[in-house]
Amino acid sequence: MALQAPEMGSGVALPAAAAVAQRAPSGRPPGSRLITPYLFLLPFFVVYGVFLLYPVVDAFRLSFFEQTGISTPEFVGLENYRELFTDERYLKALLNTTLYALASVFILSPLALLVALAVRSFMVPSANMQSFYRVAFFLPNITSFVVIALMFLLVFDVDFGLLNAALQGIGLQGFNWLRSERLALPSIVLVAIWTFLGINSLYFLAGLQNIPDELNEAAALDGAGRSQIFWSVTLPLLRPTILFVLVQATIFSFQIFEIPFLLTQGGPSDASLTLAIYLYEVGFRQFEQGYAAAIGYSLALISIVLAGLQLLLFRAFGDD
Amino acid sequence: MTVGIGRGGRLAQIVGNAVLLLGVFLTVMPFVYMVCASFKPGNELFSFPVRILPDSLYWGNYRLLFEETSFVRWFGNSVFVALARTILAIALSLMAGYAFAKFEFPFKRLLFLLVLGTLTLPLYVILVPLFGLMTDLGWTDTYWALILPFTAQAIGIFLARQQLLGIPNELLEAARIDGAGEWAIFTRVVLPLAQPIIAVMGILFFTASWNDYLWPLIMITSDDKFTVSVGLPTLVGPYSQEYGAVMAGSFMGTLPIVLIFLLFQRRFIEGIMAGAVKG
Repeated sequence: MALQAPEMGSGVALPAAAAVAQRAPSGRPPGSRLITPYLFLLPFFVVYGVFLLYPVVDAFRLSFFEQTGISTPEFVGLENYRELFTDERYLKALLNTTLYALASVFILSPLALLVALAVRSFMVPSANMQSFYRVAFFLPNITSFVVIALMFLLVFDVDFGLLNAALQGIGLQGFNWLRSERLALPSIVLVAIWTFLGINSLYFLAGLQNIPDELNEAAALDGAGRSQIFWSVTLPLLRPTILFVLVQATIFSFQIFEIPFLLTQGGPSDASLTLAIYLYEVGFRQFEQGYAAAIGYSLALISIVLAGLQLLLFRAFGDD
Repeated sequence: MTVGIGRGGRLAQIVGNAVLLLGVFLTVMPFVYMVCASFKPGNELFSFPVRILPDSLYWGNYRLLFEETSFVRWFGNSVFVALARTILAIALSLMAGYAFAKFEFPFKRLLFLLVLGTLTLPLYVILVPLFGLMTDLGWTDTYWALILPFTAQAIGIFLARQQLLGIPNELLEAARIDGAGEWAIFTRVVLPLAQPIIAVMGILFFTASWNDYLWPLIMITSDDKFTVSVGLPTLVGPYSQEYGAVMAGSFMGTLPIVLIFLLFQRRFIEGIMAGAVKG
């Protein structure tokens, strides 16, 4: 992607000259054009610098200190990071979050692709029907995580919940979804699938719409069957979208907070503790700011590495 | 797709739609139950067997919500915070996006890459020091803390720049020749042409602010400054017998966003999808 408008060429090299040349007709004092862009940038970058860049740097500094509450910070080098490897609660949270991310990548994303394929395919011929599905599946995406969690508290309730009532209605047995160590995390995954299926389907739908119909028609004329078209035309052309959805799913999975926090508080016995919940507890209940900062950086690092790996994998298998 | 409906195609069509409709049913059901529960008294909500529709329309939950909790206040706070944050974020994004789209200046590429680099930075990285900064500024438990830190949105710069690149340079030059100042050019020429992306950003930022939970949870301690998102879960505690009121609040708290969604459906989806790669 070109970062500057084409007609401006390599203006970065000689900005002053370019600015003067463009300024000439208006006859304002020289140099006024030169600071104009910076004046437009100023408000954004003041806020950005104070509330984003400074905290990013400060978090890095903090992660090398031991600081609890308002005590005097003590430099401990890499101790906070070393502690991560032996902290059982952290490792449990990492495991849970990773399992959750795997479910997003291997269950949620393929499901979303299937929905998109179905909506886009011959199965839903009318445009009205297509937009009906679109709106319906999109609803969870505009609902706040808080409301989603409050709704699902009622859905998962062991005695009076909708889900158990439905299960018992078809002759099955209900479960204590949120208070069972075995089912707490799968329950969170269920809610996540419910929440994010729609938006991911929409991403895939947008990707599918970018594939020209002529390609499918040409393949069909050449005698390719439907599944053959899917594997050799649709899927390869959809690769950028698939990559985007998977990277997105991975990054956001590592930030899951509200839904488990409000549904299970990370319990029972940390069965649904996520990295973000643990960071919140360490930073804002135990007030161990240094350690919380280290957890924050580990969270960012892990999701960046995983997203990078996916990028590399896609490159590796990319060139057919 | 125009691949014809062949053998079994009809059957596949019926099965496919049945599965999709089941999906819609499962998606919509929790919402339906939320609305129904908001019209049930506590003893009916927690009774056996579980029924979806209320026996009769019971308004007690709404009365409780409006008269005995600070819900109305929270709703007002949410509106105020979301509006302030959205307007400021749009203004900052448009100004900076304009500079990136229509000016050449030293360090332009570097600054732009810096912003893009933080596009997906998790809030959790800066949570602790940002809280410390708010404490130092004396902003804990104030609206400032909810509004200002989130007005510099990387995605906003990205969207604004993308849209403003399309403005012809001749238009801006013509205005300059007519003697218009840079600020006048921005407000009279650029802003009107930026309408579509303003709508997209507005929806994106407003929804994000309205649904925000963790940050206000950390920053706000007094009940009368809560937003809807932070306030609602606090009702689960003291009013546990009144879960119907919690559902009433959830319903009322979701309504504004759903209304905006239904009104501006196309722009809305555009806004939420804004991060998606194109082509």
